[in-house]
Amino acid sequence: MENVNLKINGISVSAPKDATILEAARLAGINIPTLCYLKDVNQIGACRMCLVEVKGARSFAAACVQPVGEGMEVYTNTPALRRSRKNTLELILSTHDKKCLSCSRSGDCELQRLSREYGVDDNKYTGENPHYELDDSAAHMIRDNNKCILCRRCVGACAAQGIGVIGPNRRGFASHIGCAFEMDLADTSCVSCGQCIIACPTGALYEKDDTEKVFAALGDPDKFVVVQTAPAVRAALGESFGMPIGTNVEGKMVAALRRLGFDKVFDTNFSADLTIMEEANEFIERVQNGGKLPLITSCSPGWVKFCEHYYEDFIDNLSSCKSPQQMFGAIAKTYYAEKIGVDPKNMYVVSVMPCTAKKFEHGRDNQAAAGVDDVDAVLTTRELASMIKRAGLMFEYLPDEEYDQPLGIATGAGVIFGATGGVMEAALRTAVETLTGEELTGDALNFTEVRGTKGIKEATYKVGDLDVKVAVASGLKNARQLLDDIRAGRANYHFVEIMACPGGCVNGGGQPIQPASVRNNTDIRALRAKVLYDEDASLPLRKSHDNPVIKELYDTYLEKPGSHKAHEILHTTYVKRGL
Amino acid sequence: MARSTSTIPFAGTPEQEKRLNDVIHEHLSDKGALMPVLQKAQDIYGYLPIEVQKMIAAGLNVPLEEVYGVATFYSQFSLYPKGKYKISVCLGTACYVKGSGDVFEELSKKLNIKSGECTVDGRFSLDACRCVGACGLAPVLTVNDEVYGKVTVDDIDTILAKYMD
Repeated sequence: MENVNLKINGISVSAPKDATILEAARLAGINIPTLCYLKDVNQIGACRMCLVEVKGARSFAAACVQPVGEGMEVYTNTPALRRSRKNTLELILSTHDKKCLSCSRSGDCELQRLSREYGVDDNKYTGENPHYELDDSAAHMIRDNNKCILCRRCVGACAAQGIGVIGPNRRGFASHIGCAFEMDLADTSCVSCGQCIIACPTGALYEKDDTEKVFAALGDPDKFVVVQTAPAVRAALGESFGMPIGTNVEGKMVAALRRLGFDKVFDTNFSADLTIMEEANEFIERVQNGGKLPLITSCSPGWVKFCEHYYEDFIDNLSSCKSPQQMFGAIAKTYYAEKIGVDPKNMYVVSVMPCTAKKFEHGRDNQAAAGVDDVDAVLTTRELASMIKRAGLMFEYLPDEEYDQPLGIATGAGVIFGATGGVMEAALRTAVETLTGEELTGDALNFTEVRGTKGIKEATYKVGDLDVKVAVASGLKNARQLLDDIRAGRANYHFVEIMACPGGCVNGGGQPIQPASVRNNTDIRALRAKVLYDEDASLPLRKSHDNPVIKELYDTYLEKPGSHKAHEILHTTYVKRGL
Repeated sequence: MARSTSTIPFAGTPEQEKRLNDVIHEHLSDKGALMPVLQKAQDIYGYLPIEVQKMIAAGLNVPLEEVYGVATFYSQFSLYPKGKYKISVCLGTACYVKGSGDVFEELSKKLNIKSGECTVDGRFSLDACRCVGACGLAPVLTVNDEVYGKVTVDDIDTILAKYMD
């Protein structure tokens, strides 16, 4: 790429020809404030925070959309610009519901931070203030338009997922973000992925908070409270306590959960291993008996709901396996409850998930193996962080502790479930050994072609006499492309993994929120995924079928993968939801 | 926020649907097809209810919310059908100063509809408009093509009664 030379605040910079002023300034070590810009999601130059002076230009330019030019002289910090940005903030605040004290985003709100930096008068402009009712119709989230600044980052995030159920309605002072015909979010084809929440710079969008529900269960002496943590949570929870992105906090997280009062601290990695046993078996059966192919994974509830709304003709391709979250709850309340002599009605299963769609998933039909809900409450990574803080636990000083047995025992195949390609790789490790009867060791365990944050990945593996064609998609826009290709006969696979969120669960809608200033310059997905692949590489057991607890579970309880009992407990059904 | 779907049942005919599908087909490959399709759809149906917007969304393969966002951005589009008698109250400067705001409010209260909406029986619809060019008669309202000048709140019952056939 050709470079151009320009000056920013008198500093000479060489930047790629297609860079924006915002990106070039970064190269010169200068941060320009933004609100509406979010890399890969929203680039519309609307909020006017990133205005800069360009010598010779007749007006200020929006640095997030203005390309650099040869010989350009840019100023980012003049008195006029500071006045302009401050005034912009004060105008935004004139219709903002300034309830910072009780706001879930207080402390990591981008509007709050800029207001403080620019020393705004938050009462400079007073006048008519629109009042919006909260939309709390959906299972997973709340929209509070009284805190919305109309930056459209949520709209961009929804469109980038290929969904588009939210957008700007009406115009002028009546403009607001909402659904078609002002429908409740629950009445639309929203898939609950929560990408809008992690894109929001303010407290206008947030998950439904279940922390008090969980505290209540923990305080109930009649309840045996069990917690499971998804693979991706350990890769991001530390960010809520100021640790660098990409820190593995598994041990401290286990210690924190124990101190919060959970009776048993277990790992969703265990039930990820179990999912592989059932799903690999389902795959082999479909291949050998001429079943519906490609088999498509069903671990990501955002993807499953997407399929039920937008690609109903692929419902029969979905694996009938419950997700690891639901398999965990099902096994906890049947096998484990029997084993320890606890009535499943008195067992309370809490999940900690990087995901908001899991809040929808646990309320689905046909997810109650013991006659009671498999999972009772779902917390996001953010909610767990909030519970730890409220309990006064000094997270960074906690010791590293181990999960409880038996449902805390897992292999490396389970931990990589949290990254795009991880479910595929884990399934291949088991399917290849089962089909060929040969043991995979060393590098043969690493199916590196399906790793990485690319939106769509394809590979072909020779398994015995069969060339197994696989594809992996993350982000629902990529899923659309892949499914359209399959539907049109342009592509043909045996096994497909789809995760709703770009990059997989590590970038889920329930993960700690990183501001645009970080997301615009760092590949969070890759840093978090590395935690999982490093942990996989460090473990002695890396194949789900080598998990000793899984072996015992089948030997003493489920008989074999795909058995009648396994079907009753570990499999589910799907519905056509329409648009 | 209250849903903005019309309470008046949709009564589209197969002929109208065919005309709309022809329009969609004609514009399918155009960039920015949504605006002309919405305009022609409003010509065909008189308004843009959810049933019509859903057909446009499916036909052009754009999200329904995007269709709705555009339809509510431009004042030329209406989500509600027009009544047999279309009442427009001028809220331009001269009429407003002379009290047309009160006339509008009273009509809205009497008919129990907001600006842009239509009564459940389909008889009256109410709109605010900007200057009909009869400022000397301010405040002015029109019912279909009939112009009423120097209207006061007290005149409203008499005017409405003329259309209760």
